[in-house]
Amino acid sequence: MTAESDARARALEAQPLRPAGPTQGLFRGTVTSLRDIAGQAGLLRLLVRRELKARYKDSALGFFWSLAKPLAMLLVYYVAIGKFLNAEQSPVRNPGGIPDFAVFIFTGLTAWQLFSDIVVGGTGSIVGNAGLIKKVYLPREVFPLSAIGASLVNFAIQLVVLVGATAVFGRFPAGGRWGYFALAFVVLVVYSTALALLLSAVNVYLRDVQYLVEILIMILFWASPIIYAWRYVDGAIDGLVEWVYLANPMTQVVLGFQRTFWVAGDGEPYPPDLGAGLGVTLVVSVVLLWVAQRVFARLQANFAQEL
Amino acid sequence: MAVTVVELSHVSKRFVIHKEKSLKERLVNAGRSKLHKEDFWALRDVDLEIESGSTVGLVGPNGSGKSTLLKLTGGILQPTSGSVRLRGRLAALLELGAGFHPDLTGRENVYLNAAVLGISKAQTDRYFDAIVDFSGIEPFIDTQVKFYSSGMYVRLAFAVAVHVDPDILLVDEVLAVGDEPFQRKCMDRIRGFQQEGRTIVLVSHALGQVADLCDRAIVLEKGQVRADGPPRDALRVLRDDFEETRRQDVEQARRAATVEGEKPAPVTVTSIGLVTRGAPSDLLTMRPGDDLLVQVHVESEGSLDGWNLGIALKTNYGQMVLATDAVMIGKPLPRVSGGATVQFRLPHLMLGEGDYAVDAALSFDGVTEAARLSEGAHLVVASTGHSVGYTHVDPEVTVL
Repeated sequence: MTAESDARARALEAQPLRPAGPTQGLFRGTVTSLRDIAGQAGLLRLLVRRELKARYKDSALGFFWSLAKPLAMLLVYYVAIGKFLNAEQSPVRNPGGIPDFAVFIFTGLTAWQLFSDIVVGGTGSIVGNAGLIKKVYLPREVFPLSAIGASLVNFAIQLVVLVGATAVFGRFPAGGRWGYFALAFVVLVVYSTALALLLSAVNVYLRDVQYLVEILIMILFWASPIIYAWRYVDGAIDGLVEWVYLANPMTQVVLGFQRTFWVAGDGEPYPPDLGAGLGVTLVVSVVLLWVAQRVFARLQANFAQEL
Repeated sequence: MAVTVVELSHVSKRFVIHKEKSLKERLVNAGRSKLHKEDFWALRDVDLEIESGSTVGLVGPNGSGKSTLLKLTGGILQPTSGSVRLRGRLAALLELGAGFHPDLTGRENVYLNAAVLGISKAQTDRYFDAIVDFSGIEPFIDTQVKFYSSGMYVRLAFAVAVHVDPDILLVDEVLAVGDEPFQRKCMDRIRGFQQEGRTIVLVSHALGQVADLCDRAIVLEKGQVRADGPPRDALRVLRDDFEETRRQDVEQARRAATVEGEKPAPVTVTSIGLVTRGAPSDLLTMRPGDDLLVQVHVESEGSLDGWNLGIALKTNYGQMVLATDAVMIGKPLPRVSGGATVQFRLPHLMLGEGDYAVDAALSFDGVTEAARLSEGAHLVVASTGHSVGYTHVDPEVTVL
């Protein structure tokens, strides 16, 4: 036996035996999971790069396509809803309409696009990486997280366009109103990450989930004030129904975004205590994220054999 | 010194085979779901300890649980009961190029695959040139891997894989890639790992490779450890099992043939006798250069017509050293009835030092075996110790 192998054996002897695979248990497991995921930061970065690079690799316009979809949606809603259905404010035709309708829609669409990217992309991420999961042990959280990372990059580009648009319209958001954005953004990321983790794990066992998610995303799009203003809702519902509508985290997030970027809408009504509501939602979302991670850790034990 | 690096205690793994997957099917069959489930025990109560610095070969027939055991060790699967515990860093090479993305270039994939195998960015930077050099595909490193030939693909994947820095390396049937020079490079690398005191657990169907590389072999059968020990002993157990399976197949084929009406005469090779220097025995010691007589006894119910008999000398690792048969020699066997003893004479047999076994097989049309006796006799060759290998000479050395 060589000196090198002897040294290795000595070094190994100093280590305790550890279980192969993830640690179960509520609190101890959380700590180990977090440490494992943090240890894979390099891999996570590479996986995000892979998602982004591979997506538009051979197309001539490349990354532009990630912007094309929200811009097309903006155009469609602006023309169909803003012009034809006459939702946009114009001094002559419709003085009571929504001011700066394009900015208003794009604000909501930007928030929604991030949510739907994270949830849809995250849900399919484990099944999509089946080849890797069956062959290598990694903390499996990296796959939903890499989908989330790629969505965030797209979001950043869209945000630049949005901020640019507010500058072009001459109503650039400034000062304390960015506080709403920061809070809403954190809520959005935490909440959608929790959903992505949970759904990605469930999707392994029940492949119907990914199709269900796509439909729910489409329905929920209309359950938040993205292309109609909050004041129309305020007049239509009240009591418990209104409370439920406002308890939807995405409604709060969209309103938070509008509070920041939709400067022309400053005179518009907002639900009372939007900031406090977002704060409560943040706490709930963090708890939800923790629960989702524990469920994920429990379910991932059998990923390799279910895929 | 050696410490336990892998410890499996009472490990069982059950797979539930669902026959339905979608929500609709599950709802519709909710009450009868028991009918649509099937239990399959891939491993049953396996206890195993592997020490640091050892190279362990996992062998067994298909479906015996080898890969499952490897995946449990790697943490890819979780045991149904029992526990798997480890010491040190582990890397699993269960598939070459795990995580390779066809749209990315070779360079990008090297970094990605390295990260998947647990090599840090800094390490990959350091090894990058060595990896490309090892793979030998430098001109194509910035090409998307979807344009690679399959050989280039595995070369690059293997090059990354051998630069891992684990204490425990799990390898599943991936050593036999590329052309011969490349394979030699791979083997050298594995030997290097052994020198460095890394623990290697490999699954292989190439028994020769296991005998060659490993210092311990574990034979799995139907999810249980059938044999565990030095490769020679363990592999013999496995070969006996394979032989048993083969015999059953032959038996079955014969029974099937009987049903169809064309009944071949039941024939068996009953024993093999060895004679050297006038002393018959079924285990004998000989010296290189001795004459060896191999006497094969055959019994048959009917008469034997148009038959052929062959013998083979094998090493204990199953490597065939010499084989011959009556047709090859050019002396077809005459018609006999009831049975016969056929003698092969192997004059001046210059075998190298070691243990050998003798097989005999009988056929009619020259293709299908009708009867076989594996390792019907054993012989030990004791030589001068001046050379090693399957053949013997008395070498001389001079300075010219």
